[in-house]
Amino acid sequence: MMGREITAIWVPLELSPLIWLVITLGMYLAARRVQMLLGGKPYFNPVLITIVLVAVIVVLTGTPYKRYFEGAQFINFLLGPATVALAVPLARNIHHVLRSLHSIGLALLAGSMTSIVTGVGIVWLLGGSRIVALSMAPKAVTTPIAIAVSQEIGGIPALTAALAILGGIVAAVVGQRLLRQFKIEDWRVHGLAAGVAGSGIAAAQVAPLDGMAAAFAALGIAINGVVTAIVLPLLVLLLS
Amino acid sequence: MIGAIFILMLFELVGEILRSALHIAVPGPVIGMLLLAAVLVWRYRREAPLNPEAPPALDKTAGVLLQHLGLLFVPAGVGIIAEASLLRQEWMPILVGVVGSTVLSLTATGLVMHHFVRNTTSIVPQEGTAP
Repeated sequence: MMGREITAIWVPLELSPLIWLVITLGMYLAARRVQMLLGGKPYFNPVLITIVLVAVIVVLTGTPYKRYFEGAQFINFLLGPATVALAVPLARNIHHVLRSLHSIGLALLAGSMTSIVTGVGIVWLLGGSRIVALSMAPKAVTTPIAIAVSQEIGGIPALTAALAILGGIVAAVVGQRLLRQFKIEDWRVHGLAAGVAGSGIAAAQVAPLDGMAAAFAALGIAINGVVTAIVLPLLVLLLS
Repeated sequence: MIGAIFILMLFELVGEILRSALHIAVPGPVIGMLLLAAVLVWRYRREAPLNPEAPPALDKTAGVLLQHLGLLFVPAGVGIIAEASLLRQEWMPILVGVVGSTVLSLTATGLVMHHFVRNTTSIVPQEGTAP
């Protein structure tokens, strides 16, 4: 009886793209609230939780992903403007970039290349497929750029998005402890490493701790995104 | 706010147009970001070299978008359900790859930056000497 009533309400609603838009926004707000209650722990990542919750709802209701995306595409559309918006922190910190151009540049290149080469290399060594390796290559880059690059080089954008989020959580959880092992205390280094290896999620972890860390993390995200977006498609073109 | 959204979308559009016109293998929004950054830097230089701030509306809108960047990739992330069989088959290389390469990349960035910053500490922050 109850089940039939729910179906009677659900079926007409399911046809509307609005329902998936509302569910996505609602789950995100709920996940953020829970994270705040838990005191901002890096391993309780609201984005990961939102994706899992929404995915569970989509699967349980037997909705094809395409139908879900008809509603959610309005959120997805904002990825473009958000990528352009990275220009604001980048331009604001341009004097820091110019001041230590060569150290930032070399560190960025080292981190960026390490991420691409070891990501592809480990997948290949463990017998993963080409498409998984290609999806892995841009995963350290900020997700909107990673998705676009993944599409460009023939990876699976959804897999890249999930890997970018996972990598971000890994970097947020181990980053500071790892660098302290090497006796690195400089906030500029912590910020840049978080931005390059873990993009937005890791940056969100170090940014509240120090202003300089926040600026260098923003820098790491923006420049790593640009460098990878330019280098990776060329690299794939050359190698294939 | 609408003005700021207009600016962001305009630069994205210009990026997309340049991308298809010049056949560049770089995502359109990334080209748009570089162009906007160039315009903003040029504007700071001309107007207030010591106070590098974007127009307030753009600053605010960009701030909101970047603060909730996570929400924006939920739709793409949910797409993972369409790849469930791939995940089942290749969870090992995927998991080891993402954890391993993230840790190595953190280490590489940190060590190289640390090496150079340490060697140049004597010429670090000189306020007001933006090149």
